[in-house]
Formats: sequence, structure tokens, C-alpha cells
Amino acid sequence: MISTDLNIILPEIVLAVYAMVALLGAVYGGKDAWAGLLTWVTGAVLAIVAIWIGVTGEGTQVAFNGMFNDDSFARFAKVTILLSAAAVLVMGQEYMSRRGLLRFEYPILVVLSVVGMMMMVSAGDLMALYMGLELQSLALYVVASLRRDSVKSTEAGMKYFVLGALSSGLLLYGSSLVYGFAGTTQFAGIIQAAGEGQTSLGLLFGLTFVVSGLAFKVSAVPFHMWTPDVYEGAPTPITAFFATAPKVAAMALFARVVHDAFGGVVKDWQQIVALLSVLSMYLGAVAAIGQKDIKRLMAYSSIAHMGYALMGLAAGTEMGVKSMLIYMAIYVATNIGTFAFILSMERDGQPVTDIRSLNMYAKREPGKAIAVLILMFSLAGVPPFVGFFGKLEVLRAAYDAGLVWLAVAGVIASVIGAYYYLRIVFFMYFGDEDADGLDSNQSPVLYGFLMASAAVLVLGLINLFGIEGPASMAAAALVN
Amino acid sequence: MIGLEHYLTVAATLFVIGIFGLFLNRKNVIILLMSIELMLLAVNINLVAFSSFLGDLVGQVFTLFVLTVAAAEAAIGLAILVSFFRNRGTIAVEDVNVMKG
Repeated sequence: MISTDLNIILPEIVLAVYAMVALLGAVYGGKDAWAGLLTWVTGAVLAIVAIWIGVTGEGTQVAFNGMFNDDSFARFAKVTILLSAAAVLVMGQEYMSRRGLLRFEYPILVVLSVVGMMMMVSAGDLMALYMGLELQSLALYVVASLRRDSVKSTEAGMKYFVLGALSSGLLLYGSSLVYGFAGTTQFAGIIQAAGEGQTSLGLLFGLTFVVSGLAFKVSAVPFHMWTPDVYEGAPTPITAFFATAPKVAAMALFARVVHDAFGGVVKDWQQIVALLSVLSMYLGAVAAIGQKDIKRLMAYSSIAHMGYALMGLAAGTEMGVKSMLIYMAIYVATNIGTFAFILSMERDGQPVTDIRSLNMYAKREPGKAIAVLILMFSLAGVPPFVGFFGKLEVLRAAYDAGLVWLAVAGVIASVIGAYYYLRIVFFMYFGDEDADGLDSNQSPVLYGFLMASAAVLVLGLINLFGIEGPASMAAAALVN
Repeated sequence: MIGLEHYLTVAATLFVIGIFGLFLNRKNVIILLMSIELMLLAVNINLVAFSSFLGDLVGQVFTLFVLTVAAAEAAIGLAILVSFFRNRGTIAVEDVNVMKG
């Protein structure tokens, strides 16, 4: 019995053991001298585990009396999380080592937070959910303030910590109410207690608190205040990490909770999620317009994108979950490329994040400028790039579920949001001639990721690299 | 006779005090940490009260997990606070303002 359980969580165990062995090895071995190597090895390990999960996973298995689910939904999310974490680690290695930031704790903390995320997406019980969420968050608080000698980084860490702890508190208070009124912490038991027409007020209260706690983690409006500051303050490779893997994990957890535990009361949470979605899309689109710092801009952009992903979730259908998963996968692929570009922005060896430094960039580096153009068009949802199809899926899911007003609002918000993406393109091609430009950064890794991401967004037009099949299987496993 | 609702009222009051402590406090970051702790302890009261009311041990197991995590969280919070203090020389909440959000 216990051996089958352990077999199911083997990937998590392998990663946790790897993190501890790496920690001991680095402490007794070369310390920070090993950090560069450790980062590459960790990236490779994460990628290997992703392939392992993707290739060998089959069917639905439940471990530890329903605490832990291994289904195709969890596997889809895990593969996305692991691959994006591996990409971000490898991408940021050079940036961090050149600025003396690369400590051996960094890859280890990333692995631990990834283990937390894997727990989150597989959770089948409120306790497992909470432990996974905290394992992820505690590691992220530390990485946000990794640059100990910088006011900005420690301030970012502190803001993230205080608001993250508040959100955990809300989530936990909701969990306690759900436990009290449903009589169990298992999702399988909660869904029976929360059936249509017989849901107690206490349970709905608990649901609302849990949803607000989760909305903090996906940075949906009105729980978004930490996002711009944390994105700006944290070192850029860490911002890139924040923008990818934790977002996927939190969104998958959101879907898991509302469908696995509260799938019987779709009408009750649908309004909340739809409201979160509409607010996020509009705030993300409007507040980004005045931003001068590209990292802050990406923060508002991610808030807006979370709004679209939540729109898919608000549909409350299998197609909605599928569109949300596809949207998140496209979002992550685009963001990896965008942050590869932001990491390469520098002048006299110093990182630059001012948007105006992109003036006439196309003249100096036409190849990279075209790649960035593709990324920005895809983020804005301009056809024919892949980002457009992500938005289309989400809008269609919302429309089919009868949320026509939400779909219309989403289209209008995406038109507003297109302005600031196009402004970056405008600066690159028609900007001011004599403004201080960027130095050319010849890092092959960043160049490779930027070009690969742009290529994915163009070539994905054919069939989205076949992710539609796994995504619909994942959605079918979650919604039944 | 003290029943479930009394415990729930105490827990809800403590939780709300914790939230207000986070948002209204303008003085000191340590008070933020205390408010967070207060929120988590309110949740623990809730869980134990429900556990005893339902005659189900799961709530108390949950409480133990929450206590453990709260300790780890406080340790990390204090560590971040110390490194912030070293850079900024103050821990007043109104000085946490290098970035305007």
C-alpha cells in the first residue's frame, strides 16, 4: 500500500531529495563557486523530470487516501511548471553570476518551490493544498529578497512576504470554515457536502475566503497590489521566474479547488471569478499605459493575462478549463522569450529597464527586434500569432457558457491593452534617433531563448504543437 | 454553556483584528508580523473548535501543520526584516516606500 503511494509521488521525492543533497553538497563543497554548475545541473534535472512525468504518466491515480492526485490535469500543469522553471534557471545564470548574485541557494530554492507547486497542482485535500502552497511561497519570499545588499530587493521581499502571508491567512480561514461546515478536508467529501441547493452559508463563506486567498496568488485584481513592486524590486531572472511557473501553479490550483471541491456549485463561484477576471483585464490594460519601467509593465501585463485565464475558468465548463490550460502554456512560452530579451537589455554592463532605451533598437539589432515584435504582437493578441488563438479559445469558452458580457469586455480590454505592447514596437522601429540606446548583448543562451520563443509563437500556428490533445484530456480529468 | 458559536466568534474577532492590524498599522513592521501570527492563531481556534464539535481529529492534525508552518513563516519574515533593516536603517512601515505601487 505505502509502496504504491510512494511510487505515485516519486517525482516529487526525487526533486526534494535532489534539493537536499545539492544543499549539503554545496555547503560542504565549493559553496558559491559551484553555483553556476549547480544551476545548469538543476535545470537539466527539472527538464528530465518534466519529460519523465510527461512520457510515463498514465490514467488517474490517487495516493495517501485521496490527499494526492496524479491525473492528466496535474501532469499537464507539472510539465509546464518544470519546463518553464528549467528555462528560467538556465536563462538567468549568466546575468546573476556577472552581478555577483549567483549563490548556490538560488537553484536549490527554485527546486523547493517547484516541489511545492507540484504538490499544489496535485492536491486532493485542504491540508495537502496548504502545505504545497506554503512550501512554494516560503521559498519564493526568500528568492525575492535574494539580493541582500539592495534596498529594492529586500523591500520587494518584505512586501511579498506580508501580502503573501495575508493571503495564506485568508485561504486558511476559508479552509477552516469549509472543514467545519463540510465535516471533511478532502475534496471528494467537500463536493458531496456542497451539492446544488443544499449548500450551507458557512460553506459559501469558506469558498469566498479560499477564492480570495487564491486570487492573491494569481495576482488578480483587487488582490494584485504586490505584483508591480515585487516584479520591479526582485532581480530580473527572479522576476522571470515569478512571471512563469508560480502563475501556472496557482492557476491550476484555482481550477483544482473550484472544480474538484466546489464543482457542484458552479453558479456560486462563477460570479466571483468572472468579476475577478473583468477587473484584472481592465486594470492590467489601463495601469500599464503610464509605465516607464519594462518590468513594471510586464507586471501589469501579467495581471491582465491572468484576467483572461480566469475568464476561461469562469466559464465553469470542461472547455473553459481546457482553454485556460492552453492560455497559460502560451503565456509562459511568450514570457520566457520576453524575459530573455529583458535580461539582455544593458548599457555599459549595467542592466537597463527603461522602455525609452529601446529607441531605434531595430536599426542596431534587426533580428532581435523582429523577435521582440512577434512576442509583443502575441502578448497583445494580434493575429496571426499564437497569442491570438489563446485569447480566441478563452473568449469562445466564455461565450459558450453564456457569459457574453464577459467575452465582449475581454475583447475591449485587449484592444486597450494592445496600446502599450505596440508602443514598445513603436519605440524600436520609429523612436527617437539620438536617445541613449542599448549595448548589444551577445549572450548565446539569451539569444537562443528569445529566438526559440518567437519561433514557437510563429510555428505554433500550424497546430499549437499538439498541446490541444493533452489539454483537453487534462480538462476532462478535472471536470466530470 | 459555551458552544461552538462562541469559539467561532472569538476566532472571527481575532482574525478581523489581525487584518486591521495589517492595514491600519503605520508604525512598525514587527506589528505586521504579530498581526499575521494573530490571523493564523484565529484559524487554529476555528479548526480545533470544529474538530471537537465534529468529533473528528483531522482538524487538530491541520492545526499542528499550521503551527509548524507559522513558525517557519515567522523565521523567514524576521530574516527578510533584518536584511531590510541593514539596507534602510529603519523598520517603520511608512519607510517601506522605495517603489511606489
